Amino acid sequence: MFEILGVPAQALFGQLLLGLINGSFYAILSLGLAVIFGLLNIINFSHGAQYMMGAFVAWMCLNYLGINYWAALLLAPLVVGATGIAIERLLLKRIAHFDHLYGLLLTFGLALIIQGVFRNQYGSSGLPYQIPPELRGGQNLGFMFLPYYRGWVVVASLAVCLATWFLIEKTKLGAYLRAATENPTLTQAFGINVPLLVTLTYGFGVALAGFAGVLAAPIYSVNPNMGADLIIVVFAVVVIGGMGSILGAIITGFSLGLIEGLTKVFYPEASATVIFIIMVLVLLVRPAGLFGRAA
Amino acid sequence: MADIASTDAPAAGLSVREIDDGTERLHRILMIGIAVALVIAPFVTYPVFVMKVMCFALFALAFNLLLGFGGLLSFGQAAYFGMASYVCAYAAKFWGLSPELAILSGTAVATLIGLVFGALAIRRQGIYFAMITLALAQMAFFFSLQTPGFTGGEDGIQAVPRGRLFGLIDIADDRALYWLVAAIFMGGLLLIYRIIHSPFGQVCTAIRDNEPRAISLGYRTNRYKLVVFVLSAALAGLAGATKAIVFQLASLTDVHWSMSGEVVLMTLVGGLGTIFGPIAGALVIVSMQNFLASLGSWVLVVQGVIFVVCVLTFREGIVGIIAKWSKRPL
Repeated sequence: MFEILGVPAQALFGQLLLGLINGSFYAILSLGLAVIFGLLNIINFSHGAQYMMGAFVAWMCLNYLGINYWAALLLAPLVVGATGIAIERLLLKRIAHFDHLYGLLLTFGLALIIQGVFRNQYGSSGLPYQIPPELRGGQNLGFMFLPYYRGWVVVASLAVCLATWFLIEKTKLGAYLRAATENPTLTQAFGINVPLLVTLTYGFGVALAGFAGVLAAPIYSVNPNMGADLIIVVFAVVVIGGMGSILGAIITGFSLGLIEGLTKVFYPEASATVIFIIMVLVLLVRPAGLFGRAA
Repeated sequence: MADIASTDAPAAGLSVREIDDGTERLHRILMIGIAVALVIAPFVTYPVFVMKVMCFALFALAFNLLLGFGGLLSFGQAAYFGMASYVCAYAAKFWGLSPELAILSGTAVATLIGLVFGALAIRRQGIYFAMITLALAQMAFFFSLQTPGFTGGEDGIQAVPRGRLFGLIDIADDRALYWLVAAIFMGGLLLIYRIIHSPFGQVCTAIRDNEPRAISLGYRTNRYKLVVFVLSAALAGLAGATKAIVFQLASLTDVHWSMSGEVVLMTLVGGLGTIFGPIAGALVIVSMQNFLASLGSWVLVVQGVIFVVCVLTFREGIVGIIAKWSKRPL
C-alpha cells in the first residue's frame, strides 16, 4: 500500500472516481440546462426534480413492472422527456413571450410540486436500487479497487455527452437547432418548424436529466430530495463554465467533479462548498465564465 | 436585466413622479390605514400571528425593493434573513445583548454579507444573477450546517431570551413585544417607500427598465445596483433578526433555499413592483401556511401550484390587479 501526499492511494483514487461520477452528473445536467437555455431562454429550475424523476421511474419500473435496469435506462429518459414535452406545450409555451425570469419562477414552482408529490408518496428516507447483476463486483487495479458499476457510469455519461455534442454540432438537426438559437424568426422563415424544435429541445434536455437520474439510482439511494441540492451546485457549474459552449459544459462538469473529489480527500470540511468558492473566484477573475462570451 | 415589473404591471411602479397629488394622498391614507389595522389587530387576533406576518411582510418588501424596483431577481434572500436571525439569536442568548442591540447586530451582519454577495453577483446579469445569488446563499446554508458551535446545527438556537428593550422595558409578553415589531415594520415600510420615491429610487427604476440607456446618461449603474442590493439585504436581515426574537428561535429553515423561494412567492402573489403588494402576499401565504399546517409536506405542493398559477394567469398579483383596476399605482 503506497501513499500520495500522506493519503493512502486507495482512498485518493476512490474519491477521485466518486468525483468523476459526480462530475459526469454535473456535465449531463449542465449540458441539458445549456441546451434548454440556448433555445428557450429559460433556466430550467425543475431540472433537479426531473433528474430525481428519472431515478424514480427506474425504481418503479423495477418494483411495479419488473422491468430491469437496462430497459429502464432507455425507458426512464423517454418517460421524463414525455412529461417535459407536456410541460413545454401546456405551460412554458404560454409564457414564452414574457420576461424570461417568469420561466425560472414557473419551473421553480414545478420543482416544488414534483418534489412534494414524490415526498408524500415515498417519504424522504430514500429507497434502495440494486446494481444490475451484470455490473456487480469490481476489479483490483493494483493502485485502487474499481467497482464495475462506477466505471460504467463514467463511460456511459461520457458517451452520452459526446453523442449530444455530435448531435448538436455535426448533424443537420443540430444545425437547425443552432440556427434557431441564433435567430428563431429567420429560421422559421426558412420553413423550419421552430415551435416543434423548441418542444423537442426541452423534452431532450429533461430526458438527459432523467438519464442521469437512472445512472445515479444504484449509487445514491432513490430519494425525493436527491435533485434539490444538486441543481444548485449545477447552477454554480453553469456560472463557472458559461452556457455558450457544449464541450465547455462537459469539461467544466467533469473537472469540477474531480476537484470536489480531491477536496474530500485533503480538506473534507470544504467539499460541500468548494464549487461555490471556485464560482466566486471565477466571477472575480473572469466574470463571463471560463467558456462564456461576454454579454 | 429585463424589466420584469414594467412589462406586466404598467400601472405599478412606473412614472411615480408624473402623477397628480391624489396618488400621494391615497398612499398616505393607506399607510395610516395599515397603522390603524396594526393597532387593532392584537385585540382581534393572535399577536404572534400578526408578528409573523409583519416579519415576512418586511422580508418581502425588501425583496420587492430589489426585484420590483431594481429589476434584480435574487434567489438567495434567505442568506441575509437566516444569517441575521442566527447572529441576533446568538448575541441575545450568549452575549446577553439587549433585544434592540441583538437585532441591530443581526442586521449589520446581513448588510456586510449583502455587500460581499452583491459585489460578486452584479458582475453578471439576468438569469446568471439569479443563479449566482442562489449558489452564494447555498454556501451560507452549508456554513450554518457545518458550524454547530455557532448555529446549533440541526437544533438551531433555541430558547432565545427576549430580554428587556433598552435594558428597561420587559418584552417577554407577546403583547409588549408586539409594539416593538409593529414599530420596526412600520419603520421599514416607510423607509422603503422613501427609497422608492427618492431620486436614487428613480434611477434604480430607470436601470431596471433600460440599463444601457441609464449608462449612456452617465449613471454608474453598478453602484446603484450594489446599493439597492445591500439595502435589500439589510432590510431582509432586519426582518430575520426580528423573527428570531419573536419566535425565540433561529434555525436552518431560515437559511434554506426554500425560504428564498417563499419570499419570491409572497411578492409574486401580492404584486411585483407594487408598493403594498408584498404585505398582502405575506398575509396570504402566512395565513395559508397556518391553515394548511396539518397537511404536512403537501404545503410545498400547494405553494408550487400557486407559483405556477400566478406565473400563468396572475402575474400582476393581488395589489397589482387592484392598481390596474383603479388606475393608480399602489
